[in-house]
Amino acid sequence: MPRENDGHAKWLALIATVAVFATSCVLVINFDRGAGVSSSPFQFVSQATWIDAGIAGFDVQFHMGVDGLGITMVILTTFLFVVATLVSFSVKLRTKEYFTWILILETAVLGVFSSLDLIMFFLFWELELLPMYLLISVWGTGRKEYSAMKFLLYTVAGSAFMLVGFLVLGFSAGPVRTFDMVTLSQSSIGGSILPLWVIFGFIFVAFAVKLPVFPLHTWLPDAHTDAPTAVSVILAGVLLKMGGYGMLRILITLMPREAHRYAVWLASLAAVSVIYGALLTLRQKDLKRLVAYSSVSHMGFVLLGIAALGQVSMNGAALQMFTHGLITGLLFVMVGVIYERAHTRNIDELSGLAHTMPLTATVMTLAGFAALGLPMLAGFVAELLVFLGSFDTYTVPTIVSVFGILLGAGYILWTIQRIFFGPPTVRWAHLPDANAWWERVPMAAMTLAIIAVGVRPSLVTSVLDGGIINIVKAL
Amino acid sequence: MNFDYTLFIPEFMLGGLAALVVALDLFMPQLRKSWLPYVAATGLAITAGVSLAWVNKQTNFAGIVSIDNYTTYFRVFFMLIAAVVCLASGRLVEDQLRHPGEYFGIIILSTIGAIGMAAARELMTAYLSLELLSFSLYILVSFAKFDARSNEAGLKYLLLGAFSSAMFLYGLSLIYGVTGSTYYGDIASALSRGTHDFSFALLMALVLIIAGLGFKVAAVPFHMWTPDAYEGAPIAITAYLSTTSKAAGFALLLRLFGGAFQVVHDDWSWMIAGVAAASMILGNLVALQQHNIKRLMAYSSIGQIGYLLMGVAGLSHNTASALVLHLTGYMVTNLALFVVIIAWYNLTGKEEIVDFRGMRERAPLLAGALAGALFSLAGLPLFAGFVTKFILFQAATDQGYYWLAGIGVVTSVISLYYYLQVMREAFVSQPAEGERKLQVPYVMQGLTVALMAGVFYVGLYPANLFSVIDNATRFLFV
Repeated sequence: MPRENDGHAKWLALIATVAVFATSCVLVINFDRGAGVSSSPFQFVSQATWIDAGIAGFDVQFHMGVDGLGITMVILTTFLFVVATLVSFSVKLRTKEYFTWILILETAVLGVFSSLDLIMFFLFWELELLPMYLLISVWGTGRKEYSAMKFLLYTVAGSAFMLVGFLVLGFSAGPVRTFDMVTLSQSSIGGSILPLWVIFGFIFVAFAVKLPVFPLHTWLPDAHTDAPTAVSVILAGVLLKMGGYGMLRILITLMPREAHRYAVWLASLAAVSVIYGALLTLRQKDLKRLVAYSSVSHMGFVLLGIAALGQVSMNGAALQMFTHGLITGLLFVMVGVIYERAHTRNIDELSGLAHTMPLTATVMTLAGFAALGLPMLAGFVAELLVFLGSFDTYTVPTIVSVFGILLGAGYILWTIQRIFFGPPTVRWAHLPDANAWWERVPMAAMTLAIIAVGVRPSLVTSVLDGGIINIVKAL
Repeated sequence: MNFDYTLFIPEFMLGGLAALVVALDLFMPQLRKSWLPYVAATGLAITAGVSLAWVNKQTNFAGIVSIDNYTTYFRVFFMLIAAVVCLASGRLVEDQLRHPGEYFGIIILSTIGAIGMAAARELMTAYLSLELLSFSLYILVSFAKFDARSNEAGLKYLLLGAFSSAMFLYGLSLIYGVTGSTYYGDIASALSRGTHDFSFALLMALVLIIAGLGFKVAAVPFHMWTPDAYEGAPIAITAYLSTTSKAAGFALLLRLFGGAFQVVHDDWSWMIAGVAAASMILGNLVALQQHNIKRLMAYSSIGQIGYLLMGVAGLSHNTASALVLHLTGYMVTNLALFVVIIAWYNLTGKEEIVDFRGMRERAPLLAGALAGALFSLAGLPLFAGFVTKFILFQAATDQGYYWLAGIGVVTSVISLYYYLQVMREAFVSQPAEGERKLQVPYVMQGLTVALMAGVFYVGLYPANLFSVIDNATRFLFV
């Protein structure tokens, strides 16, 4: 495309993301919700051999498909990428390239959520790095190159562990060496050179970096703060979920016995993440950093739900991933709206914005309420399910985590109070509200989705169930 | 004894081509010098085509040279590398070096040496081929006569190279002393009869041979010449050094250790494993410190040699195939990267990493290829580097070298950091004021696209290539 037509790039990207979203909607509508109980839970499967067993001594297959868990993540991804494309309409720098990387990123993430072969999963997992690195380091703000590199190194270090783990898993599977997740989950893994608990630890590290779990979370605030708005939305909304998804799909499913051994540690780490993340959130001055730390706290709930290893709690964890994607995505969109106008994200400088930006204030407040777990909004159901499911198994970590909600209410309300409802100042008197259609459409869509899931969570859980049941069965 | 001289038709053709190129340069000054690289490359490509006639024919010349699939594979491989290097160095030779005829002639002659190293099944033939390649390289490295750096590099390379050749030769003579033969097959059978009276002499011989070849392929601790030679050599010769010279060293290593020393595998595998580990660690760590792209590539190649040696340490049919596959992928990637560096150097005259700034704006095609090649070297998926490394590490773990594969994975992660530093300059840093878009010559564009297509081909669908290689390495162990 010639340079003069840079403006066309965003429309093309929008058409592409909307088309992908529409396709995934069709998939969801055609998704058989009853599957997973009796037959194979995976649907829309496509399979082909990539590296042949004959010569290399092992199989790598192109094996894609989704179950209830996968398709939930897929629809979240495609939705948030439409949002991300819309909120990127104001990008002026190297537009074509920007949207190219966004679309490559979408490919990678969708690949992660629908791979049924460990090596394919790893390929897509790595493919996501390059666009993210460039998106943050070129289109970011502040110490962008430092943050991008930090993000990259953390993830790559994690994925090196993951690859070692995958290889050992694949090569010690009997009777055939395979990387196929479905086959692996049915075969016995034994006689490996590394004990399984070490492999579990290796793979866990990779996912824990991504989720992120304390103490591996330090890349997240930096990456979020310096990334452009759309990338923050995707990072918080989708990429973090890759960690949780990986734990459910690979760690728990392939190594159930080790999962039981580790569960108490995971639950403790989860509680620490929740409280530590929340405490740090309380004292953030930068709006984006604040949302980023709150993500650490909220992802702690996901880990807690996974660690409890029960049908209810894992449903909660998966739902929490979905709702957190919507809520935090919306929060980042709103922060982006404010930053684009005020050119600052410093909470101390902002005050009384509700007077000049009523729409922004309303939507952001709603998103905040959803984040702190107000009933009838999306966040509540997920957190409730997690706590219900994990209370019996891990009473103490659950009780500790519940305080995270309390702290959450604290930092959300305090922040909203400070930036929107403080005394109006002259400096911000002429700030325009969110007025462009490409800002309003995602705001409206996400708000609707948050309310819909909050009022009727079975919209999501009915799809999720089929996947989770199958994971629980293997335990 | 089979004295069938027709087996050497490709080599005769190469010799003729070298003479033709030199003669054209000497006697037809009216012929534009810029045609010479095309003449050389066309000749090399035709010869590569001709050598395909020996596919699936296993014959030998008096037992000293074996013409089988393995030889054919490397024949084609070396000729194509030489063709790429000739094409890529056209502008460079015209602008900065004199005597283009000699330059291209020597490259073609060195290819004969490299092919001999892959084909030899007798110690003296292997040694002579190695020397033919080495002497050509000594000249080529110091080809920029008026550049002090080039002379210094040439001298260092010559001195250390002569030293290592002497060690290698001494090792060979000890082998002759122990086994009474210079033929690989006879050596293997003598060793398998297992007279242990000479075990110390055998050990000495193996140490000397590994050290000698270690110099040639630049493995730690025999790597000291590499950064200087890489930096001082004309940039296209740096590319040639890092491809043909390394690949030929490995072709010889595989043939020699597979054909002659496989029976005493336990006596030498630990040495190679140690050298491999040291190369991976040192190469990748020191590379973190480099500011000059050629020195960076030198240390990166030392690290890559470490990965390859992993395959020699656990030598078997499987690892040999994996090694040759990785070697192929690595060479294609490396050539792609060097074509980019040469093109950039031709246009800007700079070779520091910071000088790559703004490449994305000024030469998008080059920048794209640079990124792809760097990611391939780092072993990221979709590119050749991932699949080939993956298969190589898997083959090494199959032979029980878990620790080597572990080091390989960790150092791969480290290597990503310095490769990214280069990429960051090209993609993230903006060009300085007044630096405009550059017109990359069509030859370089074509080479870049073709080589990157190769990188993707190996990375996305290696199955065909792998079965060809598997067919070739079968002949190593007869």
